[in-house]
Amino acid sequence: MNSPIDTSGESALDGSAAAGPFADVFAGDVSAAVVTCGGCRSSAVFAEQHAYLGAPGTVLRCPGCDHVLARLVQTPTEVWLDLSGSSSWRFPL
Amino acid sequence: MAIFTRGFGGRRDPDAVALPPGQHLTEGFPVLSAGPTQYVEPEDWSFTLTTETDEKQTWSWDDLMNLPSEDVEVDIHCVTRWSKLKSRWRGVPVDAFFEDSESEADYVMAHSYGGYTTNLPLEDLLDGKAWVVHEYDDGPIPAEHGGPVRLLVPHLYFWKSAKWLSGFTMMTGDEPGFWEGFGYHNYGDPWREERYAGD
Ligand SMILES: [Zn+2]
Repeated sequence: MNSPIDTSGESALDGSAAAGPFADVFAGDVSAAVVTCGGCRSSAVFAEQHAYLGAPGTVLRCPGCDHVLARLVQTPTEVWLDLSGSSSWRFPL
Repeated sequence: MAIFTRGFGGRRDPDAVALPPGQHLTEGFPVLSAGPTQYVEPEDWSFTLTTETDEKQTWSWDDLMNLPSEDVEVDIHCVTRWSKLKSRWRGVPVDAFFEDSESEADYVMAHSYGGYTTNLPLEDLLDGKAWVVHEYDDGPIPAEHGGPVRLLVPHLYFWKSAKWLSGFTMMTGDEPGFWEGFGYHNYGDPWREERYAGD
């Protein structure tokens, strides 16, 4: 398994590195969901977005324009989810 | 020189330091970032102080170098539970940037290249409690650790010490930054374990 902390400092992790905490909230795998960027309108599956973990929360960014697509923070009692930077999430059935 | 070594005869190590609650020591320097590493050349860097009346004062890298810097050795505490002792920095006390300021606002939003923000009460930045640092361990601050210039506020959790610092905006009322509005504590005192909103 990858370390939960990106210590390379060079680049983002694949979106799939952030799939775990999002799956807990969406009650299912999010890797194949198509996320459309609210900044540049480009679309890519979740697994191909850029993830920053323990930063200290989890941040999903558009690989094209670095726009924040989503943030997720887990506290001891709650999960906070911010999808305001993405215009849509499409889940295959 | 310490007379008692760690763990010897059950004696307490006289050099042992108390960490804030819930923290553990690290010898390394983990890189935590909410976005891509920003690569800003010193000649391209600037710092802008914007007052509540939208007056701006800007310092270039050369301006920064002409302000009196001091060496700082401080413990830093990350909300992800690592603490690093005696980290060595060099920089300008934040007080220097307010000497000619006519701002009367009590709150500051620190801004970074790349868009990160974090909010602080002004009083937490003054009186030698915070620095605009430009050296780490006797050299330039590596980009992944926020160079060329970052904020250093060692008495608060390290997310308040914004990397790639680009400016301060003065605010008459407090407003949350990137993490403060989103699950993390507004103030972030490690000694009171103010990690999350509501702590
Ligand atoms: Zn985009």
